[in-house]
Amino acid sequence: MASFWSWWVIILTVITLVGISWILLANRKGGQGTTDQTTGHAHDGIEEYDNPLPAWWFYMFVITIVWAIGYLVVYPGMGNYPGLIGWTQIGQHEAEVAAAEERYSEMRSRYLAMPVEEIALDPAVRRMGMRLFGNNCAQCHGADGKGRYGFPNLTDDDWLYGGSPAAIKTTLVDGRRAAMPAWAGILGDQGIAETTEYVLSLNGRSTDTALTAAGEKHYQMYCAACHGADAKGNHMFGAPNLTNGIWLYGGSREQIAHSLRAGRNGVMPAFGESLTEDKIHILTAYIYSLSN
Amino acid sequence: MKHEVVEKNVGLMIIFIIVAISFGTLVELVPLMFIKQTNEPLAGLKPLPALELEGRDIYIREGCNNCHSQMVRPLRAETERYGHYSVAGEFVYDHPFLWGSKRTGPDLARVGQRYSDDWHRAHMYNPRDVVPESNMPAYPWLFDNELNGERTGKKMTALRKVGVPYSDEDIAGAATAVEGKLEIDALIAYLQQLGTLLQTRR
Repeated sequence: MASFWSWWVIILTVITLVGISWILLANRKGGQGTTDQTTGHAHDGIEEYDNPLPAWWFYMFVITIVWAIGYLVVYPGMGNYPGLIGWTQIGQHEAEVAAAEERYSEMRSRYLAMPVEEIALDPAVRRMGMRLFGNNCAQCHGADGKGRYGFPNLTDDDWLYGGSPAAIKTTLVDGRRAAMPAWAGILGDQGIAETTEYVLSLNGRSTDTALTAAGEKHYQMYCAACHGADAKGNHMFGAPNLTNGIWLYGGSREQIAHSLRAGRNGVMPAFGESLTEDKIHILTAYIYSLSN
Repeated sequence: MKHEVVEKNVGLMIIFIIVAISFGTLVELVPLMFIKQTNEPLAGLKPLPALELEGRDIYIREGCNNCHSQMVRPLRAETERYGHYSVAGEFVYDHPFLWGSKRTGPDLARVGQRYSDDWHRAHMYNPRDVVPESNMPAYPWLFDNELNGERTGKKMTALRKVGVPYSDEDIAGAATAVEGKLEIDALIAYLQQLGTLLQTRR
């Protein structure tokens, strides 16, 4: 703060304190005790005794003024004057963080040095992981990790990008971006219906073999590159397995057709910039433990 | 001065009352209007682009700030959950600021890039679809209402008068930038940039 504003604050604060003290003392009717004398005001027949402020009340005022002075000496309040103990809001925050760091960092770095598979068995790690999950992941994947429409279930063994500790950690650190294009323009309504039928047939739900046969041609031309010729998916692209009855965006005929028509672009945000390495390690272990 | 003079002269009493209550304002508020710490934008801070600006107005219109604050206090419990505490320099282009004082929902000061656009879409359409225990209202009309951009440029001009450095090109291109976009797009664009300037690992 520029020295002008510092002095502005100091002078006005002092004026206020002096002014309040003056008002308090100048109006004091000390030592005369209570009398029957009135102030002479009468409003609707109601009169007012002219008695001094009760002593306890008066001294409460004095105490608040003394408190204010003491506070302004010890804490920063007078412009740029930092106060005797040098307290700042940021300093207090940093001290809190440093204390927590001292308390937890040794434990976290110990876990960081251990493999995910091993610490995933540790109930203490899972408890920590559960809290981190609750704060960072549950909004999309659900508090139980079972996911929602459009957000994958993390408790089954079906993984879009792989369920190994390394793959989970990569997902957490860098995030993921699925890129299934919209096929409406290329396949047309008929093509979408045929391909949908083929995808249903992969799950034994096809009702029309002619449509299925036509759909398979589209599938092998356009879809197999990511989902694989056997439709078992590909972790490299986050392309889901289409044969296991697990559907991220719903498995009804219309829902599948809609995914084909409009494409799907699920995004997992990256946490590498916002969470520390040791926390990501613990979170990885927790997520790994959900399905193992 | 006799007490009676003040008591029987309302005009004089008003003046004295204003003087008495002004000291707090003069000491606590007036210096903040002029000192560097509160007036200097954080490095890299830019005025909101047209779509984000419209999103901010939707945020205000729907009263998001009644339940969500935008102020991470420097307490470990908050910085662990939300990220770096808020600093004055992040808000110099905010008119009015949306710090809020009530958290029925979580603080949103650092919500940017934390969830995917799809999540925001699902959540705004019906919060229970993604967070079953949520008591946030649904905002389905945001998916129907289209922006026409008629007043976006005027809003920027008004903000420029109070010190937000919009360029002439920003204002000229504002209408086309938002034309035909849905309100939900604007709101999500606004949310996705919140607090992204100051990122630390927590």
